[in-house]
Amino acid sequence: MSNNNVLLEVKDLKVSFYLTEATVQAVDGVSFTIEAGKTLGIVGESGCGKSVTARAILGMVRKPGKITNGEILYHRAGQAIDIAKLDPEGPEIRSIRWGEIAMIFQEPMTSLSPVHTIGNQMIEAVQLHKSVSKSAAEAVSVDLMRRVGLPYPERLLTAYRHELSGGMRQRVMIAMALTCSPRLLIADEPTTALDVTTQAQILDLMRDLQDEYNMAIMFITHNLGVIAEMADDVIVMYLGKEVEVADVDTVFYGASHPYTQALLRSIPRHDVDVERLETISGSVPDPTAIPAGCAFHPRCRHYVKGACGTPPLVQVSAQHQVRCTRVYEINEHLAAAQTE
Amino acid sequence: MFQFIVRRILIALVTIFAISIMSFVIIQLPPGDFLTSYVASLASQGDSVSEQVVQAMRENYGLDQPIYVQYLKWIGGVVQGDFGRSLEWGVPVADLIWDRLAMSLMVGLSSVLFVWSLAIPIGVYSATNQYSLIDYISTFLGFLGLAIPNFMLALVLMWIAFSAFGQDVGGLFSPEFQDAPWSFEKFINLLSHLWIPMIVVGTAGTAGLIRTMRANMLDEINQPYVETARAKGLSERRNIWKYPVRVALNPFISTVGYALPSLIGGEIIVAVVLNLPTIGPILLRGLLSQDMFLAGAIVLLLSVLTVLGTLLSDILLALLDPRIRME
Ligand SMILES: Nc1ncnc2c1ncn2[C@@H]1O[C@H](COP(=O)(O)OP(=O)(O)OP(=O)(O)O)[C@@H](O)[C@H]1O
Ligand code: SF4
Ligand SMILES: [Mg+2]
Repeated sequence: MSNNNVLLEVKDLKVSFYLTEATVQAVDGVSFTIEAGKTLGIVGESGCGKSVTARAILGMVRKPGKITNGEILYHRAGQAIDIAKLDPEGPEIRSIRWGEIAMIFQEPMTSLSPVHTIGNQMIEAVQLHKSVSKSAAEAVSVDLMRRVGLPYPERLLTAYRHELSGGMRQRVMIAMALTCSPRLLIADEPTTALDVTTQAQILDLMRDLQDEYNMAIMFITHNLGVIAEMADDVIVMYLGKEVEVADVDTVFYGASHPYTQALLRSIPRHDVDVERLETISGSVPDPTAIPAGCAFHPRCRHYVKGACGTPPLVQVSAQHQVRCTRVYEINEHLAAAQTE
Repeated sequence: MFQFIVRRILIALVTIFAISIMSFVIIQLPPGDFLTSYVASLASQGDSVSEQVVQAMRENYGLDQPIYVQYLKWIGGVVQGDFGRSLEWGVPVADLIWDRLAMSLMVGLSSVLFVWSLAIPIGVYSATNQYSLIDYISTFLGFLGLAIPNFMLALVLMWIAFSAFGQDVGGLFSPEFQDAPWSFEKFINLLSHLWIPMIVVGTAGTAGLIRTMRANMLDEINQPYVETARAKGLSERRNIWKYPVRVALNPFISTVGYALPSLIGGEIIVAVVLNLPTIGPILLRGLLSQDMFLAGAIVLLLSVLTVLGTLLSDILLALLDPRIRME
């Protein structure tokens, strides 16, 4: 993919956590590309490695975790910087953080300091990356807080975390993430902790801001409904591996991996009777004991003993990959397309 | 904020009033009034007091009046700095305690400083470099510090001061400065003696504080707000000291107030071993010999200091932690 719109290229990324009792392979050979101005959605059940992948991009994998393999190529001014090789406390990665790749974390309630004012933290973000005066940084902050729909932004400068509702805190985080006009915004389940109305408002806001600032978004969620609203391209992850990669329409109208299909069947829809809503049978296996062969086989309705093996990522069409050995047998439309 | 402070001050005043009554009760506790014991103690030394003098003193202290009048007379004196007479020493209590209280404060404050300046950096380092060699060493030394009895540490340090630095042993001053008026040299002399009690009194506290600081920090360093700061590109060191340390320190600020009295309590044995001119030893003697005006005065002063210290740390905490101001 020698597209000069490419912003970030992750190649065969592996992250392991070395715990005393076992090693957890949290991310196991994931590859993807993010293009400027586009939204990549990452979806999967809890523990499949979404957050760890996101942290790896900022060089922020927590101890006892380590990137053990792969490249994270960040493209800037015709150059590619391998983030995986940078010193995680060094100046290069610190200038990329927030200045070029900003992140909104999963926990809006505690992502702000309990003992510093909102203003202090916003101004800090601006001044870490731009040499501007405090009052200029303050003006930028107020402006962005107004932009994300926060009332009385001047007053918020001196407010503390506990004085804000969950929705307001997340808006503050979004405003803070925009302070340095990043090229990529990583949003790790930015709305999961919020009520449905607030959730919808925040998603709308993010889409508007994306257009305005022309930034790419890596949107992490376990909610396919949110993916449908936000993403251009989608990666479905299961136990540290991508099991299906496609554009958003293909995922919703031509999902070909049994796991994606099961996820889709578990979304409540108004055109289907709620009583027939399915959940995926079984639960996510213990990450220290990932099933051999196809990791999904204990829960897969199409599993055939001896026929599945360890599936590779199969390229079923130009923009569509599926990690399933039996993909053509269980998807007639793909088989038909292939024989043509 | 203003309301908060006013409320705390009012509570402090009420507490002090209650304490003064308690102290008065302590003074009244031994059987008989104190003049009886005074006369008895003089008689045992071979002196005798004329009936008129006793009568005059009785009126002076209001001993033949109801108990609340006696309390009012006593507290009235206390407010003007008159704490009554020490039976054992035969001098006004006020003459005995102020210097010693100042010395105790000096020892107490210097060991608090010693404890904080040592324990906080070590605790922070241990937490941010968990299971590193230095973490293990500091844990080990910490437990050692808790385990060694203070008097033993005092003896060891005295021996070191004596054999390595040729210093005279014990006390807070060299003999030539003992009764000299205050001067710069005397102050330097004080500092050269102060380090032993400072270390002895502070060691156990340092050990404890390292453990607490480490635990508090471990609770904070993985908090999302620290991650946010890291994601903003803040350097690791600035991040640690600006965010998690600030939050981890708050529990200590609320204990500053109790630090002093507990230090004075812990200091008594050390002060006896080191022969320090502090308040601990005379409190002990006052209690043993039922020198009740002396003991009552010290109990009163220490309690008032505790209340003031608590008030101070409450206000400090409210200034530093916006969450407190809310309630
Ligand atoms: N600090 C850590 N120490 C040990 N294991 C970890 C750590 N962080 C993540 N893991 C492991 O890595 C795996 C992936 O975790 P990750 O946080 O990426 O999941 P996720 O997909 O973001 O899930 P969720 O939807 O719950 O946020 C999990 O199995 C988890 O046990
Ligand atoms: S390889 Fe087999 S077990 Fe795995 S998803 Fe495909 S059909 Fe299911
Ligand atoms: Mg996550």
